[in-house]
This record gives sequence, C-alpha cells and structure tokens, in this order.
Amino acid sequence: MDFLNALILLLNYIFVPALAYGSQLAIGAIFVTLIYGILRFANFATGDMMSFGTMIAILFTWHFQSIGLTLGFLPTALLAIPFAILIMGSYMLIIDKFVFKYYRLNKSPPVQLAMVSIGVMFVTQAVVRIIIGPSDRRFFDGEKFLIKASEFKDITGLNEGLAIKSTQVITIVVTIILVSILFWFLNKTKTGKSMRAYSDNEDLALLSGIDPKKIVIITWMIAAILATIGGVLYGLDKSFKPFTYFNNMLPIFAAAIVGGIGNPFGAFLGGYVIAFSEILLTYAYKKFFMYVLPESMEPDGLIQLLSTDYKFAVSFSILVIVLLYRPSGIFKGKIL
Amino acid sequence: MRKNLNVIAAYSIMMGLIILVGTFQSWNIALSIFNLCLISAVMTMGANIQWGYAGLINFGIMGFTALGGLAAVLISVNPVQEAWSAGGINILLSLFLIIGIVLAVRFVLKRYQKSKIRNYIIAVIIISGIIIIRFVSEPGIEAIEEVNPAKSGFLGGLGLPIIFSWIVGAFFAGGLAFVIGKVALGLRADYLAIATLLISEIVIAIIKHEDWLTRGVKNVVGLKRPAPYEVNLQQTEWFINLVEKFNSSKLNLITDLSERQVALNQLVIDGSSVFVKLCYSGLFLVVVIILLILTQKALYSPWGRMMRAIRDNEEAANAMGKNVVKQHLLIFVLGSAIVGVAGAMLVTQDGLFTPGSYRPLRYTFLIWVMVIVGGSGNNFGAILGGFVVWFLWIESAPIGLYLVNLTTAGLEDTHFLKVHLIESVPYFRFLMMGIGLLLIMRYRPKGILPEKIEIK
Repeated sequence: MDFLNALILLLNYIFVPALAYGSQLAIGAIFVTLIYGILRFANFATGDMMSFGTMIAILFTWHFQSIGLTLGFLPTALLAIPFAILIMGSYMLIIDKFVFKYYRLNKSPPVQLAMVSIGVMFVTQAVVRIIIGPSDRRFFDGEKFLIKASEFKDITGLNEGLAIKSTQVITIVVTIILVSILFWFLNKTKTGKSMRAYSDNEDLALLSGIDPKKIVIITWMIAAILATIGGVLYGLDKSFKPFTYFNNMLPIFAAAIVGGIGNPFGAFLGGYVIAFSEILLTYAYKKFFMYVLPESMEPDGLIQLLSTDYKFAVSFSILVIVLLYRPSGIFKGKIL
Repeated sequence: MRKNLNVIAAYSIMMGLIILVGTFQSWNIALSIFNLCLISAVMTMGANIQWGYAGLINFGIMGFTALGGLAAVLISVNPVQEAWSAGGINILLSLFLIIGIVLAVRFVLKRYQKSKIRNYIIAVIIISGIIIIRFVSEPGIEAIEEVNPAKSGFLGGLGLPIIFSWIVGAFFAGGLAFVIGKVALGLRADYLAIATLLISEIVIAIIKHEDWLTRGVKNVVGLKRPAPYEVNLQQTEWFINLVEKFNSSKLNLITDLSERQVALNQLVIDGSSVFVKLCYSGLFLVVVIILLILTQKALYSPWGRMMRAIRDNEEAANAMGKNVVKQHLLIFVLGSAIVGVAGAMLVTQDGLFTPGSYRPLRYTFLIWVMVIVGGSGNNFGAILGGFVVWFLWIESAPIGLYLVNLTTAGLEDTHFLKVHLIESVPYFRFLMMGIGLLLIMRYRPKGILPEKIEIK
C-alpha cells in the first residue's frame, strides 16, 4: 500500500506535470529546430512569436465567449486555434517578406540573421504589449479537472490523491497528434522530403529542382502552427503573460540544442529531457521516502537536490554539459 | 579634422539633444539620462571589443553586469560581524572545498590520458564534492540568514570605498568570462550566443537565491557613495553660496526677503541633486575617457591588427601562426571585464543592488542594439550607440505620447482606442528599438559610425 502511495505521489507531482511541461517545450523546440535547420538561423524571437500567436487565440476566445460559442467541457481556446494559426501565419510571412528575405537572398551569415531576429523580437514584443497589455491573463474555461485528488482518494482508498488537470491531458494529446502528423509529413510526403533535402544540402536541393520559395513558405506555416499551438497549450495550462513567454525561449533553446539542433525528433525528446530533469532535481522527496522507507529511517530534511529557485538553472546546466561533451546534441544534429 | 567630421557632428547632435532635455524637461532628468548613457557606453565598449574587434558574440552581458554589481556590494558594505561568527567558518570551509575540487579535477585532467574512466572519475569528484559542500555549508548558510534577516542576513562586504569595486567588478566578470570562454568559445557563433545567454541566466539565478552572499531578492540598499549626499550639501555654506551666485539674476527679481529665502531653498534642493549627478558624471566620464584611450590604442596596435585578421579570416590567421583560441579567450575576458566595470558603476550610481531587476532584455539585448546601431568595430560608434539608444529608450515614452495624441487628435478623450493607446505608451520603446535595429541592419549594416581602419 505504501509503495502504491509513493508511486501515486511521484505520478502526481513529477510525472504528469513534467510530461505536460515537456510537451509544451517540445513543440517550441521543434519550432526552433525547424527554423534553424531550414532557414539557418537561431530565432531569438521564438518566445515572442509564441506569445503573439497565443494573443490572437485569446482575442478569438474572448470573441467566441461574447457571442456564446463554447466547446462545453473543452476550453473555447481550442476552437480559436485554427483562426489564430491563419493570422499568425500571415504575420510570419509578412515578417519574412520585409525582414528575413533580404538577408536570405544575400546569403548573410547566420549571426546577422540572429541579430535581425532580435529586432523582430523587440517589435513583436511591442505589438503584443500594445494590443493586449503586459498583465497576466487566464483564458481557460470548461472543465478544470479530469480527476480531482479527492475523487481519486475516494475511488482507490489511497492516502495520496492523483489530480489530473484537463489542460494537461489536452496538452499531451494535442502534442502527440501534432508531432505524429509533423513527422509523417516530414518523412513520407514529397514536400516534407524536399524540406529535409533543403535542410541537408541547399545547393544539391536547388539542383534537383526544389523550389526554395515554396520551402520557405511551408516552413513558416509549420512554424506558425507550432508556435500558436505551443503557446496556447502553455497559456491554458499556466497563464498568458508576455514576459513569461519571452523567458520560456531559454529552456526551449536548451531543449533544441540538447536534442541536437536541426533534428526535429531530437528536439521533441529534448523537451522532455529538460522538463523531467528540471522537475526531478528540484522536487523535495521527503514524503516519497516516508512511504518507501521504514519509520526508523525517515529522513529529517526535505531531501531536495536543488531548491526550486534553480529550476531554470538546471536546464541550462544540462545544456552546458551537453555542449561540453557532445556538441552536436544527444541525437546527432548539425555539428555546431 | 575633416575626416572626423561625421563623428564630431554626431556627438554634437547627441549633446544638443541632451541639452534640449535639460532646458525643456529638467536638468535633473537630462543628467540622469547622461549618466546612464555613460554607463551604457562602457557596456557597449565591452561588447564592441568582443564583437567588433574579434567577432565573438556574447549574449551574457547581463551576467557580467550583475557580477560587477555584486562586486560593488561585496566591497562597500560593512562586514556583518555576527553573521561571520555564526557561519563564516562553514562558508570558508566550503570555499576551500571548492578550490580543492577544482585542483583535484585539474590534477586528474593533467595526469591521465583522455578516456571514459577519466570522465567518470571527474564526475564522481564533482558530485561527491557538491554533496560534501552542501553538508558543510547548509548549517552556516542557515545561521547567517537568521542573523537579523530584516536588515542584514548576509555576510556583508569588506567596508572599503565603493570606487574600488569598479576594479574588483572587472576581475569578477573577467574571471567568469575565463571560465565561460574555456567552455564555450569553441562553439559556432550563434551557439556561443545561446550558451552565453543561458549561462548569464544561471549567474542571475545564483545571485538571486544565494541570500547569504547577496541578500537575494531582498535587495541591498543604502550603499556607500563616492559623491556627497544631497542632505549634507543642502546645509553646506559654500554650496548655498554657489547656488545663490548662479541664480542671482533670478533671485534679485524677488524683493520680499522671506519669499526669496523660500525660492533659494527650493533652488538649493534642486541644485544639490544636480550637483550630485554632476559628480557621478565626472567620475563616469573619467572611466569612459580612460577606456576610450586604451581601446583606441589597442585597436591601432599590432595586437588590434591581429584581432581583425582573426575576425576576418580565422583560418588564414591561424596559418600565419596566430593562436586563435588564446586570443579569443583573451578578448572575451577583456570585454567582459569592461562590462563588469559598468555593472559596478551602475550599482554605485543607484546606491542599491536589486538582483531581481537583471533581465536579459534590458541588460543584454538592449546593449546589443546599442553596439549594432552605433557601429561595431568603432569605439566612437559604440559610445554613440550607447548614447543614442539609451536616450531613445528613455525619451520614447514622451515621443510616443506625442505621436498618439497627434494621430488620435480626431477622437474624443474617452474613446476606447485612445485610452488604450495612451495606456500602452511605455511599450512604444520596444517598437522603436526593434524598428530602429531592423532599419539600421538593413540600410546601414555597419552602424551610424562605421568602422574605419586607416594604417598609420
């Protein structure tokens, strides 16, 4: 019984939250890695592009709510996502046309493109703050919990409750669907294959008749889908605040590099590596050991490897270690 | 003279703008903008050395700035005796343990060939070392943080004049840069950027949460000053006389004696804060000029030529027998040390250390905008960039307000769009920075004052 309690404890406080957080990071990391692999620059506007997409989704959600359109027990934001993706896609194409295209055609070094993306970051940040303001916004509606901790206790008769938020389930389900479609697209369809070819060797791809304009447009559209969905999922689970989104760029970068930059599958797993290590290393295991160990051996302290303040620092330290020992990432990406 | 015309013109326009702020808004605002412009200029010079001279991209400026600020605290605050007696021994012991670990790792690295076993040994040394340090330091840290937590709760500093911290800050930042450089300089440019950005976040996390050292988010306030205090100035004889002399024409217009006294008092109060700011400006100006002379000398020296050669073609420079790795490390350390000086200056000016205020947007990306806008590789350009961008950063709110009022003049004051836009005026600075950066990158990629190298 104690063992079961301990297991549920870990599930409740580590596994489920880490899985949800990891999914959100994974989507962002695939976004970074796609832009890096195909357009060949580190996109410092990642976080702010995600917040832009989320903002549009929130505006649509508010509109739907005002006209009384809801999805019942599901959050209305899911209904807003397709519209948000459309607007987000056009925003990205506009940015590409007026900003990135010039440097791409001039074959500027990646550093210059990264600098330009900082300009885009500033502009996007300003647009988001001017339109929706810098404050914290919750736009979640519908059923909050799939299983409440108290219900779980009643059903199973255990001491520990397992609470599963519906947003966590939505996050995981949507991520699985999205990522499997994406991998199917990249690996099986002709367009996806040409994208990978372009990423692998630009000149060879051009020689074999691949249209770079088309590749770029499709990349930005996929990026828009990933940015919007990733952003909305994070916002549903936690809340929407432009500053947090900007900061999320850092663990997302860490995930992309840890997984091997330019490698979408690596980025996907990288997100979970970062999320799990952040939560595993900063969780206080006192209660867990109270269940597992006999009473005489109960620990005094919190048995916390690192205080929760160092959550971000954990992922960055992993990144530094990976960069030191395996600069191309865990799953071979491009050589840095 | 003629070839420097654009430099002189750019600087005169900049000074003219600041003087305009002085006459139209107030001299207090103008001087505080000027002081922060000077500090920004120091930061930009640091970043410019790395980016403009050597092509190294350092997005960790925030971390080095914070370390400089930490130096200001550790140098100037008086030591907290009770805290030292409560937990000082544990902290010192941990410090020795850290040194021991570093030496042990070095020993293993030197002594044994590269192999898997060596990696494992190093990992074991580090992990066991960290665990031992935690056991040693924890009681000490708890004891220190319990000493009068509302006021101190940390070890304090050395109690020296705060000016020394400018040099110590340089050493702190340089030391960190040495470690980062050893780890990360081999990476490709954009990954160096990400790595430094993330490492600077780690530095901030440590400064924020190691309360025994920095008081963390409780902030350290009331640091010593290198300049006189306003309150003292307002009671000093010579200062009041000075203010009276300066404003004699204005004061003579007032005939009533008591009214005149009131007016004089107000002038003294205003004057004292201007005077203090002028003192800071003087100090900062000295730093900027010294750094400018040094960096200019370096730029035109054989060493500067070598750095440019390395920047423009690493392989060729390498083939000519230049040690690229070593030079990169050197310039990374030098540039970061300058940023550290700026960080210490910033805390000196504010008189308080707030770890929570270090954010990458303000201390990393804004500095980079300054470097790019000003002109990378040109020290005068970098300083100008610091001035222009900081000036716009501060003045963009009034400008934005003016623009909003202009464009929505046809709307009523209560119209929701107008109200909303006026509320979001503070964010126009981001827009301005972003558009400015994009325009400069596109149409003047070398900055306002581009790099100009003439061989003497």
